[in-house]
Amino acid sequence: MCGDLLRNTAKRGESRPQAGGAPGSGRVTASGGQAGPLPPYLRREVARARPGHQGTGDSRACAPRPSMEGTELVTKVLSTWLTLVLGLILLPSAFGVSLGISEVYMKILVKTLEWATLRIEKGAPKESVLKSSASVGIIQRDESPMEKGLSGLRGRDFELSDVFYFSKKGLEAIVEDEVTQRFSSEELVSWNLLTRTNINFHYISPRLTMVWVLGVLIRYCVLLPLRVTLAFIGISLLVLGTTLVGQLPDSSLKTRLSEVVHLTCCRICVRALSGTIHYHNKQYRPQKGGICVANHTSPIDVLILTTDGCYAMVGQVHGGLMGVIQRAMVKACPHVWFERSEMKDRHLVTKRLKEHVADKKKLPILIFPEGTCINNTSVMMFKKGSFEIGGTIHPVAIKYNPQFGDAFWNSSKYNMVSYLLRVMTSWAIVCDVWYLPPMTREEGEDAVQFANRVKSAIAVQGGLTELPWDGSLKRAKVKDTFKEEQQKNYSKMIVGNGALNLDSD
Amino acid sequence: MGARASHAAAVPGAERIRRETGFSQACLLRLHHRFQALDRNNKGYLSRVDLQQIGALAVNPLGDRIIDSFFPDGNHQLDFPGFVRVLAHFRPVDEEDPGVRDPKQPEPLNSRMNKLRFAFQLYDLDRDGKISRNEMLQVLRLMVGVQVTEEQLESIADRTVQEADEDGDGAVSFLEFTKSLEKMNIEQKMSIRILK
Repeated sequence: MCGDLLRNTAKRGESRPQAGGAPGSGRVTASGGQAGPLPPYLRREVARARPGHQGTGDSRACAPRPSMEGTELVTKVLSTWLTLVLGLILLPSAFGVSLGISEVYMKILVKTLEWATLRIEKGAPKESVLKSSASVGIIQRDESPMEKGLSGLRGRDFELSDVFYFSKKGLEAIVEDEVTQRFSSEELVSWNLLTRTNINFHYISPRLTMVWVLGVLIRYCVLLPLRVTLAFIGISLLVLGTTLVGQLPDSSLKTRLSEVVHLTCCRICVRALSGTIHYHNKQYRPQKGGICVANHTSPIDVLILTTDGCYAMVGQVHGGLMGVIQRAMVKACPHVWFERSEMKDRHLVTKRLKEHVADKKKLPILIFPEGTCINNTSVMMFKKGSFEIGGTIHPVAIKYNPQFGDAFWNSSKYNMVSYLLRVMTSWAIVCDVWYLPPMTREEGEDAVQFANRVKSAIAVQGGLTELPWDGSLKRAKVKDTFKEEQQKNYSKMIVGNGALNLDSD
Repeated sequence: MGARASHAAAVPGAERIRRETGFSQACLLRLHHRFQALDRNNKGYLSRVDLQQIGALAVNPLGDRIIDSFFPDGNHQLDFPGFVRVLAHFRPVDEEDPGVRDPKQPEPLNSRMNKLRFAFQLYDLDRDGKISRNEMLQVLRLMVGVQVTEEQLESIADRTVQEADEDGDGAVSFLEFTKSLEKMNIEQKMSIRILK
């Protein structure tokens, strides 16, 4: 029996074509005919099967047979998989072509989630309306201005009861304020079969649980390895490609090649996240010599924007893997990286950015004026620094669809690695990108007003709420100047009338 | 599993808190979420800094006093039952008022009296049961900042104490406080309705 199997293995080994070619080459063809050199382990087997070694080879070859077949199987699977990946994902990325696999995946996903929502709604008891209030505030708010809130049965002088208004407003802020909730992920209206969003949803039915288990298996055992491989390939290609292109002298060929390298690697990385991106109004895509400004939700924003065009990125030089990527990228294309010490000097930063913008041949700069990641339900204060540089501002609005995966990076809760893992085990990243018409600073408008104008445009387009608060409230306390405004309002009320009353007393 | 999985069973001592404060299960869940969201470092309790970082509270002229009311007796840590106990003062009064309350049961935290007591202690810093003229001045100063002169503020404080003071001791006791506000719709002014 050993001998038979050995002979069969030998035959298979001889007829095995070279792996890594066209798709499907991993499959073994039973027909004969040598097509190339044998892999080493098979060479050993063939050698053992030769007559000279038959005697002693038999017993030796029989014992380790299972592991050799095991390794052979694993290698076959791996090479099939790699060639599929190459053929179906990497090559089309290089040419910007889509094979439509992700569309099919998304259709199936949407149908499954719709089915799940119906099941949950059918199964939910009548009183539990928790889920429908996800996007509405949890407090019934009385948004009347201070004057109305304070007036009672009397005139406008100070009364003991005035303290009620402020204490009520204060307690309302403690129960729910519009800023703190922006630094945690948005609650979903209906469950999307991910454990991490399962806060308000209880056990409904065995079928739903089975679908959920199936989902977990698919996400962790099929999608995650695939995505990790793609990400790995994408990043290595980026570093290699940009380093190679960086060796060339400056010329239009170099710019074109660096564009190709950047775009290909970004597309691979986006596929590594199963990203489906819809770009709207491509005619307003940022031009050279401009500044591109967008709302910030996560580091993936950069990936999403650079898939559709090349930008010069601005940021701090990091250490580790990020540093390697940054140094490689800057060889091929003039990004603007600052040392940590340089970042503190605002004039230096502005000067360098101004120089970059003034050169009309350089790529548009990409800046996120919020300065920190917000959870994609609102747009917070835009820092005026980016709007003082001059030049044309090209606003871009990015809105993620939270049903398929949460893209928000809660940097106080997760570090980069666990964040990436979470993103790679979600269903997909689906988002819309709107390019808005370019804006410039008008006469008599200062940087802050200009920043607010751009912010409104982005908020309106993306369907996000606009907040005047500073994103850095995530980490710091609010400035006292805002408290003075409230105090001013109140004083106007009691003293404006109090002065008159005092006279008449 | 989700770090925010907070089903009813996960709220510690839920039953006891419900009895004490009268909040419904759903409300308690929402408040527990909020407590966890405010607790930035997952300490399990809140500190003053956690509350001070709420933007809308920090710009409130009485913000510091309100935060103080959460940390009575020199405490520095606020646990969830304490958090809910203060918020319970602002629970809307139940519509179905039985009229005759069981005298052996403690007064519900959101009764008119308790709401007034909460407002009173925002004024009465030294907890002596009276609002002195000085304490009145201090609260006024908090609410107007630097916008009003000392003389104007003093005259306002004097007038208010005079109007409310009945026994002529120059300070406003709790009873005098409640008397001067008896016509006021406290239930509506000091209630926060949490949507389920």
